[in-house]
Amino acid sequence: MLRKLTLAAIVAAGFSTPGLAETLKWGSSRDIYSLDPYSYGDSYTLSFLNHVYEGLVRYDANLEIEPALATSWETVSDTVWRFHLREGVKFHNGADFTADDVIASLTRVSDPVSPLRGNLPAYKGAKKVDDHTVDIELVGPYPLLLNDLTNIHVFDLTWLTDNKSLKPTDVGAKVEGYATYNANGTGAFKVESRVPDSKTVLVKNPGWWDASKSNIDRIEFTPITSAATRVAALLSGEINFTENAPSQDLPRLVAQPDLKVMERTDLRTIMVGFNRKPKLANGADNKFNDLRVRQAFAHALDSELVQKRIMRGKSRTAGAIIAPEIPGYVEALDSVLPFDPDLSKKLLAEAGASDLPFTLVCTNDAYVNEEELCQGLVNMLTRAGFKPQLDIAPAAAQTPKRAGGLADVYLIGWANEPMLDSYSILLQMIKTKTDKAGVFNWGGWTYPEIDKLIEQASTEMDRTKRLELQTKALQMAKDDLIMLPLHQQPMAWVMSNKIDGITQLADNKPRHWLTHFAQ
Amino acid sequence: MLVFTISRIANAIMVMLAVAMLAFVIFRLAGDPVELMVNEQMTQEDRDNIRERLGLNDGTATQFVRFVTNAARGDFGISYRNGQDVLTLIGERFPATLELVLVATLISLVVGLPLGVLTAIKRGRWYTESLQFLSIIGVSLPSFVVGILLILVFSVVLGIAPSFGRGEVIQIGWWSTGLLTPSGRAALILPAVALSLYQITLIMRLVRAEMLEVLRSDFVKFARARGIPRWRIYFRHALRNCLMPVVTMTAMNVGSLIAFALITETVFQWPGMGMLFIQAVTFLDIPVMAAYLCIISFIFVALNTLVDITYAVIDPRLRNAR
Repeated sequence: MLRKLTLAAIVAAGFSTPGLAETLKWGSSRDIYSLDPYSYGDSYTLSFLNHVYEGLVRYDANLEIEPALATSWETVSDTVWRFHLREGVKFHNGADFTADDVIASLTRVSDPVSPLRGNLPAYKGAKKVDDHTVDIELVGPYPLLLNDLTNIHVFDLTWLTDNKSLKPTDVGAKVEGYATYNANGTGAFKVESRVPDSKTVLVKNPGWWDASKSNIDRIEFTPITSAATRVAALLSGEINFTENAPSQDLPRLVAQPDLKVMERTDLRTIMVGFNRKPKLANGADNKFNDLRVRQAFAHALDSELVQKRIMRGKSRTAGAIIAPEIPGYVEALDSVLPFDPDLSKKLLAEAGASDLPFTLVCTNDAYVNEEELCQGLVNMLTRAGFKPQLDIAPAAAQTPKRAGGLADVYLIGWANEPMLDSYSILLQMIKTKTDKAGVFNWGGWTYPEIDKLIEQASTEMDRTKRLELQTKALQMAKDDLIMLPLHQQPMAWVMSNKIDGITQLADNKPRHWLTHFAQ
Repeated sequence: MLVFTISRIANAIMVMLAVAMLAFVIFRLAGDPVELMVNEQMTQEDRDNIRERLGLNDGTATQFVRFVTNAARGDFGISYRNGQDVLTLIGERFPATLELVLVATLISLVVGLPLGVLTAIKRGRWYTESLQFLSIIGVSLPSFVVGILLILVFSVVLGIAPSFGRGEVIQIGWWSTGLLTPSGRAALILPAVALSLYQITLIMRLVRAEMLEVLRSDFVKFARARGIPRWRIYFRHALRNCLMPVVTMTAMNVGSLIAFALITETVFQWPGMGMLFIQAVTFLDIPVMAAYLCIISFIFVALNTLVDITYAVIDPRLRNAR
């Protein structure tokens, strides 16, 4: 008893100091690629670096856009936007944040060698009005500039110039970039050290312009690729946060008294795409061009079974190709065709496609429980009168097949990131494939009417009207079953129950400037 | 002798070229790195530009020749994934792997040798028979299972060793070592034990077989007849005569441990070359994969060539053999 009391006294003495140093030990399933946000087109790296670098605007807790480094903005003309910058903001090295920094950053990200220039498609140029005002000129009227700017991180011009990093790192030129190892942003945390694949340490930036909701002084970010090791590290307390807990271990983690689990579904919608060229890769006539065959495919799938068994009750069955959080969504888009294998057989017979042989192309390293999902699909389709064959391999190996139009039927997931608008999927997946659009239109379809709606939406500055156009396009895509949506994926964060404040949004991005430890 | 050495080295170069050529054919089939490098919003036009600039549209032969000429000048390019110089990247990871492999080898010798002697001299006892049986399990358990079991017992239940990482490291020139700090040594134990398990059983069985052979020989019987103490016969006279094959095998196996440490490294998040390679494969980071394969094949070929030449020095009969 006495010993317990003494211990309690020591603990109390040690913990009673205000502003106690809290360390977030963040174990992730993968490392970030670089400290340079413009080095590799990777959403995960960008979201991590958002702790260090910031954009002109950012998403709030409802995924709505709010001011960050810019305090307000207006459109000067159809193609010119004016941004008023926040005053008194300092970079981690003490330099002042001004209009020149914004221009240098925009120039850097839109450089021809930047792998991230797709994130700022309408950008033409930027002009300094005064030290805290910038005009951004676009190639045409474009409504989604603010969404794009959430992910364009701002660098310090002098720092870039001094370190010869005005241009992004170009792997083709075989020259390393200074910004790959070093960082200097305006964000809530500074980089203290980084050893790739081992540990990246961030420390609190006491001079951050925003009122910090977090009491974290230090973030130790460690990639732990093996899921079993990650779980072990959580159980032993070597890490106290992960945003990627394996679903089969969740019951065990929930049972731990000092851990808590936060689950929800994220924005990524998993769907099936069909080849729509006149002939399949093997030379046979393509029966998937017949709407009845695609409907038969949809009626063959028991979405309840998929949700309960394969996804362990954690996914959200989807009828729309976008998640409810994505602008453009209306409930009418979300109806699911009923499970009816007899109807499938009938439809197939009508279309003269009974016992239709085809290959289902799946990946095994991109989505949640993918292997079981694809196996399940194959079983259900076989029962409904199809003759599917499964081709499953890592994404690196499957992408050329899918992008080359060689896949008969394939699985793809789309989160509409970083734009968080249904324009993203309409432009990149539904629209006819050209140099500027339809990169993920792997089936090679063309719907001139839908294309026209998308083009109208691309220049419609009125948000309500634009979303109406997009919803209409989505409805037409649904009616013709261009893509067959399956579900939104589950996500699970596990953390120490000492964390009493944390923001988990559908985009599955940790925002630790909002994370709080109980005192 | 000179002719022999030159022909051995020429052989080694041919083997390395063949490995590099095979590697390039495989990369060709593995997929398209550009699709993994760019953001989803990138247009087709920009994707094609990147592919062109990286020289991925050229034929396999052109890419191969370009790689070999650059590699001969020590230029392996920079990683598609990290944007870091490939040689620096591998140089940073090499100390981690080498320390792990050397410590694992040391453990396997320290444990494997006495166990081998014991199972030979106490043949037929229940404990040596169970050791023999356990060693079969040691050989047949996959290393990731061993790794996870060790983590479960020593990190989660007992909490005495870290489950991942390398702990604190100290930089000596370009070499980073974890051997000089307590946390570095603690982090090294579990992966080194996991990696050494297979080696231990191998050495134990090899020593046992050799010992049984030697113990039957005349000089041991003579030594016994002279009344030399038993431990002296076993460890001084008999064991010495078993060591040649053990030393050769251990030296040769250092190469394969370096190459196969990648599973252990992945389980323990050990920042070595193996993990670098696994990640390069997932992201089709061709410069890293190519350099890694070349370096690993160089280590293998160099070790083999060295052993060949040493044997030739020892045994003149081998010099003229083809």
